[in-house]
Amino acid sequence: MRSMLFIPGNNPGMLLNADVHGADAMILDLEDAVSPDQKDAARILVRNAVRALDYQNGKLVIRINPIGTPFFDDDLQAVVPLSPDYIMPTKVDSAEYIKALSEKLDLLEAECGLENGKISIIPLIETAEGIENAFAIAKADKRVKALFLGAEDYSADLHAVRSKQGDEILYARGRILNAARAAAIDAYDTPFTDVNDEEGLEKDASLAREMGFTGKAAISPRHITAINAAFSPSKAEIQYAKEVLEAIEEGKRLGKGAVSLRGKMIDKPVVDRAKRVIEDMLALGLGGDDE
Amino acid sequence: MEIKKAAAAGTMESNDAMIMIEPGDGELEIFVDSVVARQFGKQIERAVMEVLSQYEIEDAHVLVRDKGAVECTLKARCETAILRALKED
Repeated sequence: MRSMLFIPGNNPGMLLNADVHGADAMILDLEDAVSPDQKDAARILVRNAVRALDYQNGKLVIRINPIGTPFFDDDLQAVVPLSPDYIMPTKVDSAEYIKALSEKLDLLEAECGLENGKISIIPLIETAEGIENAFAIAKADKRVKALFLGAEDYSADLHAVRSKQGDEILYARGRILNAARAAAIDAYDTPFTDVNDEEGLEKDASLAREMGFTGKAAISPRHITAINAAFSPSKAEIQYAKEVLEAIEEGKRLGKGAVSLRGKMIDKPVVDRAKRVIEDMLALGLGGDDE
Repeated sequence: MEIKKAAAAGTMESNDAMIMIEPGDGELEIFVDSVVARQFGKQIERAVMEVLSQYEIEDAHVLVRDKGAVECTLKARCETAILRALKED
């Protein structure tokens, strides 16, 4: 998934059009986008919307309230029967949190007649403690398929000033990314919160992609196109990847031990990167030589 | 089930509906206020009625102020209002 769009859980208009903006995933939000006195309303509205609207364009993620709040169990009771692709627990700060959640999912999936492990987890890490425990969280349970950085709460927890260039979250980005990749799962970057700053968004998304993130969340549908573009392989990358793989094949045919391209040796990391680009290209249906 | 107190759910924003429910006078009364009442008044009433039946509510006043809500929204707002009205203080 390149892009994940947040949809406030108590907003019927936005729920109605949740899957029309081109996002690879939609995050129906029962947490920060919903005031405490409307949690009950949002839970029922999200349930009805998912059942009636049968979202087809993109993965379904539902963000729930943190463990330890009076809303956590009610959220799970409402959300599991909907069989979303992912549940996004919030303020995740330890492996124990994920283990407790996974145990509850085991029980609820059985009650709902769902296959065990059907629902995956993308923990939202947004505290200093959570960042420190990122690898343990990533490895806590096989349901965890990605880590997601929430920079607004995290920078507040750090007592940092949140900035557009994001120097204050560089450590967290690196830490989350390293933890996720070490656990062989995906990593998602925090949303860019200035809805009107297209240039800032493009820079921020490019930085996240260059760092190695799988994709990025968005709080506005207007950000989806730029995020999808940033996390898709460019024509030049695709062309280079093809040349790398062709050069490797040619080298094998000629029995060469070492192969070079454009004056540079092609070693294993270059080949691995080229394969990933081609995989992404095929997964996104970006086509081949005529592009 | 018996409605014990007045409660409301929803908003007056477009695509939403505000549904108010209160104890009735021995029967079920539904009043629909909608810009599309002429075209969809019956459907709105039917959707609300369906949820009231699920909760076996037979004695209540229900006011639906519709702002273009689709059926799943109307039903969600009605269910929320009912659950709030049934809740003990």
